[in-house]
Amino acid sequence: MRELICITCPLGCRLVVDTDEHGEMKVTGNRCVRGEQYAREEMFNPKRVVTFTCAALLPDGSVPGPRSDLPRRVPVRSTVAFPKEKIPELLDALRGITVRLPVVRGTVVLRQALGTEVDVIVARSIASK
Amino acid sequence: MKELSFDAVVIGGGAAGMAAALELDTRGHSVLIVEREATLGGILMQCIHNGFGLIEFNEELTGPEFAQRFEEDIRNRNIQTSLRTTVLDIREEGGLKAIYCVSPSQGMMRIEARAIVLAMGCRERTRGNIRIPGTRPAGIYTAGLAQRLINIEGFIPGKDVVIIGSGDIGLIMARRMSWSGCKVHAVIEILPYPSGLTRNIVQCLDDFGIPLYLSHLVTNIYGKDRVEGIEVTPIESGALMHEKAFRIACDTVLLSVGLVPENELSRNAGIELQPATNGPWVDSTLMTTMPGVFACGNVLHVHDLVDYVVEEARRAGANAAAWISGYRPERELRVKAGPNIRYVMPMRINLERENRFYMRSLIVKNDARLEVRLDGAVVRSRRLAHVQPSEMLSLMLVPEELSAAGRDSTVEIALL
Amino acid sequence: MDQFDVAIIGAGVCGANIARKLSQYELDVALLEKEVDVSLGTSKANSGIVHGGFHDHIRTLKARLELRGALMFDRLHEELDFPFERCGILVAALHEDEMKAIEQLYLQGVENGVIGIEMCSRERMLELEPTLNPDVVGGLYAPSGGILEPYRFVFSLVESARNNGVHLKTEFEVESATREADFWRIRAKSGQEIRARYVVNSAGLLADSISAAFGAERFTIVPRKGEYYLLDRSAKAKPSRVIFPVPTEVSKGILVIPTVEGTVLIGPTASPAQNKEDFATTREQLEHVLHTARMMVPSISENDVITSFAGLRAVYGSDFYIALSEKAQAFVQVAGIQSPGLTASPAIGEYVKDLLKKAGLRLVEKSTWDPYVHKVPRARDADPFALDALVAQDPAYGDIVCRCERVSEAEIVAAIRAGHTTLDGIKYYTRAQMGRCQGGFCTYKIIRILMRETGMSFDQITKRGGGSFILKGSL
Repeated sequence: MRELICITCPLGCRLVVDTDEHGEMKVTGNRCVRGEQYAREEMFNPKRVVTFTCAALLPDGSVPGPRSDLPRRVPVRSTVAFPKEKIPELLDALRGITVRLPVVRGTVVLRQALGTEVDVIVARSIASK
Repeated sequence: MKELSFDAVVIGGGAAGMAAALELDTRGHSVLIVEREATLGGILMQCIHNGFGLIEFNEELTGPEFAQRFEEDIRNRNIQTSLRTTVLDIREEGGLKAIYCVSPSQGMMRIEARAIVLAMGCRERTRGNIRIPGTRPAGIYTAGLAQRLINIEGFIPGKDVVIIGSGDIGLIMARRMSWSGCKVHAVIEILPYPSGLTRNIVQCLDDFGIPLYLSHLVTNIYGKDRVEGIEVTPIESGALMHEKAFRIACDTVLLSVGLVPENELSRNAGIELQPATNGPWVDSTLMTTMPGVFACGNVLHVHDLVDYVVEEARRAGANAAAWISGYRPERELRVKAGPNIRYVMPMRINLERENRFYMRSLIVKNDARLEVRLDGAVVRSRRLAHVQPSEMLSLMLVPEELSAAGRDSTVEIALL
Repeated sequence: MDQFDVAIIGAGVCGANIARKLSQYELDVALLEKEVDVSLGTSKANSGIVHGGFHDHIRTLKARLELRGALMFDRLHEELDFPFERCGILVAALHEDEMKAIEQLYLQGVENGVIGIEMCSRERMLELEPTLNPDVVGGLYAPSGGILEPYRFVFSLVESARNNGVHLKTEFEVESATREADFWRIRAKSGQEIRARYVVNSAGLLADSISAAFGAERFTIVPRKGEYYLLDRSAKAKPSRVIFPVPTEVSKGILVIPTVEGTVLIGPTASPAQNKEDFATTREQLEHVLHTARMMVPSISENDVITSFAGLRAVYGSDFYIALSEKAQAFVQVAGIQSPGLTASPAIGEYVKDLLKKAGLRLVEKSTWDPYVHKVPRARDADPFALDALVAQDPAYGDIVCRCERVSEAEIVAAIRAGHTTLDGIKYYTRAQMGRCQGGFCTYKIIRILMRETGMSFDQITKRGGGSFILKGSL
C-alpha cells in the first residue's frame, strides 16, 4: 500500500494505492478519473513538467548587461510532463542553451529532449530592446 | 505637468489589472493601465513554474505564458498603457478622480478618471514582521526577491538554504533552488499544517526529500557578514521547547511567511481598510469606500490562484463600467464571516443579481459543511471534502435563495 | 608615504565632526575608517535625537558639550544635507512618585540654562501628545529637543569635510603606530602606511585598543547593547514628539521616537553585549521594548514592526573622556562617547580643535572653506510640480525604485557617486530598502544600478563590505 496526494488539480485528493486479490492495482480516495490516472503514472512512470531558464543573448550575441532593461534569462518549459528520473540530465542540457532575442513564446529550444517525445519551448516572448 | 483623461484608470498591470481593463474596454469605455514596471504581467513574469490557468484556460501554463495571453489581448485591442509609471497619489478633484503619477519619459502626469480600479497586488511579509531575533547579515531574502534574482536576473542568492514558512512562493523556491544546484536543508513552518497548496508540498519538497518541520519556530539567526545558520525550536502544546532547540547551518534564509495587500495608495487616499484582509472594505460591486474606486486581486485580499484573481478582476472591471454608466446597487445586505471563516469577500450581497464570494477557512478539516444563513436560517448547505486555510473557498449565491430577506437582514457564511 | 598634519581614527559622528571642523583650516587631514563606509558603527544604530539638555548636570563635560552642541544644529542643518526637526521632547511620569524625579530634571534643566523647558500637568501632557497613555500623571517638556537621521548627518559632515580637502580612507584598519621624530607612523592591517603629526582617537568601541596601539592610556571600553524596533510609517501610534520615560541610574530608558522621516523607533534597551561585534537582537529584550514602549503609548502594535536592530554604546565611566593624552605625544582621546554623544558631537569637534591647538597645532583659517554641500533633491519631498521639474532635468527622478520610501533612481545614483557602494550604504543615504518591504521589491534594481554605475560584477556586491556578499553565483 502506498499513499499519494493527487496533484492534478487544487483539490489534492489523498489517494491510497493498493493491489486487490487478483494482483490488480486499486486506487481509492480519488474524486475523479484523473486521480486514478495520476496514481498509475506516479507508481510506474512519474513525470513532472520542467520549468527552467536559458541564457538570453542580445541580437549582437552579447549578454544583456545592467544597462539593459532586458532579462538575462529566458523562461522555458517542457511541453508536457517529463520523466522524473531524467530531469537532472535535462537541466544540464538546458544550462548549455542560449536564446537569441527577440524570441517568441512557443519557440522550441530543445526538440525531443533526451530521446523522449517532449520538447522544451520558450515560455515568454521577449523583444530585443 | 501633463494632463490626461480617461473613463477609467487601472492601477497595476498584473493579471488583475489586465483582466479589469479588458472588461472595461469590452464595455466601450476608454481605459488606461498604469504600471510601474517596464512590462505588463506583474509578479507572474517571475513565476516561471507551471500551474497557472487550469480554470481560466483549462490548461496548465507558466506565469509568463498566462500573463502574455492577457497582454496580447490588451495590445490587440489597443488599450493604452503607461509603463514605468508610479502612481503617487489618488485624489477627489471636482467630482472626478485625479491620479498623480510619474515616469522618466513623461514626468508628472495628472490623469482624470470617472472610475479607478485598484490592482496593485501584494507584498511579502518580512523578517521584521515576524520578529525573528539575531544578527543582520547578508543572505536573508524574501522568497519573491530570490525568485526574481534567479528567474529573471540569473543570479543565485545562496547555496545552502533554509526556507522559513511554507507559503507557496517558498515551496516553489525550494524546487527552484534545488534545480539551480543549491541545497535546501529544510522548510520551517510555525503552524501544525502547511501554508501552501498540497501539490506544491508534493512536487517541491517531497520530490527532493526536503524536510518540512511543522510546529517549529526559527528563534535565532546567526552570522556576522553572511548568514551562518539558524536556531529552530519545536512548539509543543503552544509552548516553545527551548531544550529541544537545534541549529541548522546555512548561508541563506528565504522567507515565505505570508503576503499583505499593498494598500499604501488606498490608505493615503482615505479609503477604509479592513483588518481581516488588510485590503479595502468593499461593497457587493467591489467598490471601496471612495465612490468610483474599485479593488480586485491581491490588493483586495490575497488569493492562491491567479484564475480566481482574473475572475474577480473581471467583475471589478464590469462593475466599474456599470458605475460609469450610472448603475448603483439598490438592495444590498451585509455579509458576515461566521464560525470558522476568516473573512468573506465581498462584504455585501446584491439582491438584484448573482453574487460570487470568496472565503478563507480558519480551520483544517475533512468533511466540512459550508452554510449560508439568512438571519440565522440556513438557506444553503454544501459539503466540502476538505478545507484548509491555504485554499480559498468559492461560492455563488443567487437572489432567489435570499427572497425572504428584509431590509435589515444579515447573511452569514459559516463553516462547520 | 602620505603625510598629514592630523589623522583622525574612526569616521563615526565624532570623527566626522572633528574632520569637518579641521577642514576649516590650512591642514592636511586624514579620516581613517576600518569599514567600507563611514557611520557604520555606533553612529548608525542609535536614537537619532538632539537632546533637551536636562538629563545631566552642567558640571559634567558631557552636559556642557550637549548644551553647546544642541545649539549648533540649526546652522548645520542649513549648511549640510540631513533631515532634522526640533519636534520637542517629553518626559512622561506614569506614577505620582515619579513626579519627584521630573521636578529634579526640570530644575537641572533650568540650571543648565535650557530655554523653554516646562513642567506639565496631565492635561498639558495629553494636549502636547495625544497618543500618550491617558494614565500619565504629568511630565516635562523641552521644546528645543529634536530628531535627525544620524547616518545622513555623518555622511553629510564627511562630504563637507572632503569637499574642503579632508582625505577619507576607508577600509583602513589601524593596526599599529610608532612615534618617529615629530610624527606618528600609522600602519593599517592592509599594510598601507601613513604619517601624521597629530592623531585623534575617535574609534568608538575600539578607542581602548587604538589607545593601546599608540602607547597611550590603558582603559577599557565596555560595549552596552541597545535594541530597537522600527515601526511602519502608517502606524497609528505615531507620536509627534519624542517621549522619554523617567530615567533610571543606568539609562534614559525606552523611548518612543517619531523619526524625522516619518517612521517610529522604539528602544533602546541597555544590556551587556558579549563582545564588540555582538549586534544580535534577542527575543527577551525586544519583548521588553514593546512592553515598555506600550506603557507610554498603548496603541503601539507588534503588527507595525518592520525591523529590529541593535547598536552598541561605547561605555567608559560616567562622563566623556576627551583629553590630550598624558602618555602619548600629540594624541587626543575622544572616548566613552555614549548618549548624548550625537547631540554633543558638533561641540566635540570644536573642543578637539582647541585641544589640538593647545598641543601646538597651528590653525590658519582657509579663505576658501565652503560650509555648504549640494543638497540632493528627494522625490518624496517634492510636490507634483517640483517633481515634474526634477524629471525634466534628470529623467531618473521619474523612476521610483523604492516604492515604500519613494526613492528615485536619481537618488540612488547620487548615493553611489558620493561613494556609498554597498546596499547598506545606499540604504542609509537614500532610505531605499528601509521601508515596509525591507528591500523585497527594490534590491534587485539597486544591484543593477550599482553594477551599471560602478562596473562591479555581481559577486562584488555586498551588504556592507567585508564578506557580506549578496549573491553566491550566476546561472
